[in-house]
Amino acid sequence: MSSLLDIQALSLGFRTEKGIAKVLDRIDLSVEPGEIVGLVGESGCGKSTLARAILGTLPEGQTEINSGHIRLDGVDMLSGGKAAEHLRGRVVTFVPQDPFASFNPLFRIGTQIQDLMRFKAPRDGKGSFGRSRKADEASAIAMLDAVQLPQPKAILDKYPHQLSGGQRQRVMIAMALLPQPRMIIADEPTTALDVTVQAQILGLLRRLAVERGVSVLFTTHDLGAAWEICDRVVVMYAGQTAEIAPREQFFGNPRHPYTRMLLDSLPAPGRDPVGIPGGVPSPLKAPHGCRFNPRCPRATDACHETRPALIAEPNGHAVACHHPWLAEAEAAHV
Amino acid sequence: MDLLKRFARDRAAFVGLSLLGLLVLAALFAPLLAPFPNDVFDFHIGNRLQPPSATAFFGTDRMGSDIFSRMLFGARITLMLAGIAVGSALIIGVPIGLIAGYYQNWVSDALMRIAEIFLAVPQIVLAIAIAQTLGPSIENVILALSLTYWPFWARLVYAETRSMRNEVFVESAVALGASPWRVVVLHILPNIASPIIVRTSIGMGATILTAATLGFLGLGAPPPTPEWGRMIAESREFLPEAWWYALAPGVAIFLTVLGFNLFGDGLRDILDPRTRRSV
Amino acid sequence: MSDANNPPILEVDNLARHFPVRGFLNRKVGSLRALDDVSFAVEPGEILGIVGESGCGKSTLGKTLMGIHEPSEGEVRMLGEKIASPGQKRAARIRARLQYVYQDPGASLDPRWTLRRSLHEPLIIHTNWPKEKREEKVREIVKAVGLPVEHLDLYPHEISGGQQRRVGLARILVLGPELVIFDEPTSGLDVSVQATVLRLFRDLKSEFDLTYLFISHDLAVVQSICDRVIVMYLGRIVEVGRTAEVFASPRHPYTQALLSAAPRIGGPRVTENFTLQGEPPDPSNVPSGCRFRTRCQYAISDCAEIDPHLDDQEGHGVACLRWRELNA
Repeated sequence: MSSLLDIQALSLGFRTEKGIAKVLDRIDLSVEPGEIVGLVGESGCGKSTLARAILGTLPEGQTEINSGHIRLDGVDMLSGGKAAEHLRGRVVTFVPQDPFASFNPLFRIGTQIQDLMRFKAPRDGKGSFGRSRKADEASAIAMLDAVQLPQPKAILDKYPHQLSGGQRQRVMIAMALLPQPRMIIADEPTTALDVTVQAQILGLLRRLAVERGVSVLFTTHDLGAAWEICDRVVVMYAGQTAEIAPREQFFGNPRHPYTRMLLDSLPAPGRDPVGIPGGVPSPLKAPHGCRFNPRCPRATDACHETRPALIAEPNGHAVACHHPWLAEAEAAHV
Repeated sequence: MDLLKRFARDRAAFVGLSLLGLLVLAALFAPLLAPFPNDVFDFHIGNRLQPPSATAFFGTDRMGSDIFSRMLFGARITLMLAGIAVGSALIIGVPIGLIAGYYQNWVSDALMRIAEIFLAVPQIVLAIAIAQTLGPSIENVILALSLTYWPFWARLVYAETRSMRNEVFVESAVALGASPWRVVVLHILPNIASPIIVRTSIGMGATILTAATLGFLGLGAPPPTPEWGRMIAESREFLPEAWWYALAPGVAIFLTVLGFNLFGDGLRDILDPRTRRSV
Repeated sequence: MSDANNPPILEVDNLARHFPVRGFLNRKVGSLRALDDVSFAVEPGEILGIVGESGCGKSTLGKTLMGIHEPSEGEVRMLGEKIASPGQKRAARIRARLQYVYQDPGASLDPRWTLRRSLHEPLIIHTNWPKEKREEKVREIVKAVGLPVEHLDLYPHEISGGQQRRVGLARILVLGPELVIFDEPTSGLDVSVQATVLRLFRDLKSEFDLTYLFISHDLAVVQSICDRVIVMYLGRIVEVGRTAEVFASPRHPYTQALLSAAPRIGGPRVTENFTLQGEPPDPSNVPSGCRFRTRCQYAISDCAEIDPHLDDQEGHGVACLRWRELNA
């Protein structure tokens, strides 16, 4: 296997006043080169924690890694070594949910892009002294052009607050692409945007990723956005992987009860959304076995006792459930 | 009792609470605790400037009075003075801050500008000016302190009220048709009580310091009132030989101010809902 | 649709709300036209949705109807009685009949009050009922929103977010309103919770015989719950009609773009050929004529000059000069 990103049996927790919050429980996830993977789940499922674990931005003193590994391009990202540090911001970059909070409000966009380039962008042959401001500016403008920002030169001279939400997110994507990464982690990048702007940004992100062969790990709680952009979808529930499937399989033939109930919760005309009774369990008191068992209509004793393993079929559809829906069950959602 | 437990866990706050406890005990039971309760006003020239000993724990002063006894009675004066001064500053400042923060019109602007004029002059300078004009007495010190301290409260409460005004529950009470009185007294005031209480504790410390300064400058109570600041002033001409003369009131002021500050900081942590929120 | 026996519960006539834009030394340098020339009627018993993107004026509309903002022009009538116009103060009687639900109704609870006290408050303000009668009413409503009566002695932080939301709704319902305005009630909710919340809204509507004005940016939610829908763009209504009709055959180019932007699970990827460019212009500097023309692919020179009015055809209205030829 030559996955670009390979996560296996990752468990980690946060030390809190009330004990250890087990936020991730043996997560398995892989991303192939050039693939767009959606990491889907509701608030509290651990998707942001997973993204931050890959990026190495978890709070240091509070985090406890219990098992597993994260390998990016073969490098162990959890060891904290120099090699991992070198990959961050170069081989893997980040597009945040709230682009406004990610800019320094006191500096012009152009200044912030140039700072980034000085530290992270590949240095074509020459050392950092040889780089000219002009060349930097030219490549910044080229990148802003690529994210379809009109008048990129004018944008460089603006301050973050002078841009609209959609423009800021485009600049963020441009900055994420500048170091020519092999992977972008986008954490809910369109949640704060209006639907027409979301459509523009999702389309842009997908096109750029496909054109440049960049892998994208896209976390979202919005199943519609996942449908738009992903090749493959991973569903997390309360820190566990519930189901992994190629996009059509995932939406057309979901097998995990949680996935089904999630899809049935989507509002649609002429049908009452079902919803899922109860709430996500606290990571301080996670249920034994399958963490979904208290809310699952199919739960049996086995579900309380043992955690179901994630079992993959040859077609790439993997599900972690003792009582999954059968593959040939009605494909209600396509 | 949850509150006491939280105090016990925070060492600094617990030290503050203990210091304040000692101070209050000293003030309450001064006549019982003082070995020479009459020494507050009596003098025994024969015993003047004795170093600390088994009979006079902190030594004696220039009049031969027992400094320890005078310290205990001084605690009463200090507490009363700071309590009344801060209390009246609160009584003036809090309503002004509430009104100015709730209504955002020319009245609130005018009130806040007046407060800012007061705040533009250092409190101690203003207090000296007022105390000097009115003449030295405890009442005038209290008056000077309250008159110079209320703008601080008005400013604090104003800022807190303004931010509360944007809270959804306040806006929804207004939308429900609740009267301004109801909104301010029943919704806003209880929710800004914590910062006021915290600042009151720290403000007590600051006020005691200012009062001591006034006493030191001779603007406080006339002799032989056992006011701590005045005692330090009296000791000046006998330093450094009679080191104990200045030491006792100096340490007392230091510990009292420290106690109020530590207690206030502890209260801040305990009353802050963010530190209380469960995970 | 309305007749003499069944007048609209709410009528909005040419409503406008402008905010002054202030420059140096607080001088007024312009105005932000958050809401301009908006007219519509709400029929009793319906759920009327108001959709649009941020800055379209839908929240300003809700707050103006509610009396939080005063209209700059126009008026609002409730069952024939004028309740809002420039300079008019909102009567307490009206506040009880027309209620506003915040995005997070749970946030309308004072964190330092018990739930009982929060639920009694509206009745204390609006009635002079004795305590026992108030308590009876509070218990009735608390049961209706599906909350155990024992919870009344708890504080907001002691119950879950979902329960807080129910208490927030109960607080509005104790006054027996006729019209309830929801402002983005599902924004920020997970879909599994959203489904439960929508069902609660629908149950309460039939139990208490309510009419809803439902402001939302979520097209799927609006499509699933609303009878009629109003589409707004930059302070104006661009289209209004029965939800099914508007979603099936949108007439205004903006509505078409808006609907085509929403992902359709199982359908083709809509983002691949999404055509609408840019973002809405600054509402303090609106384009002349049709406000959508700067982004509209069908705009012609007339669009910059003529301000299109809502052309109502059997309850389906559209404000576009070219809608007939474009939808021919």
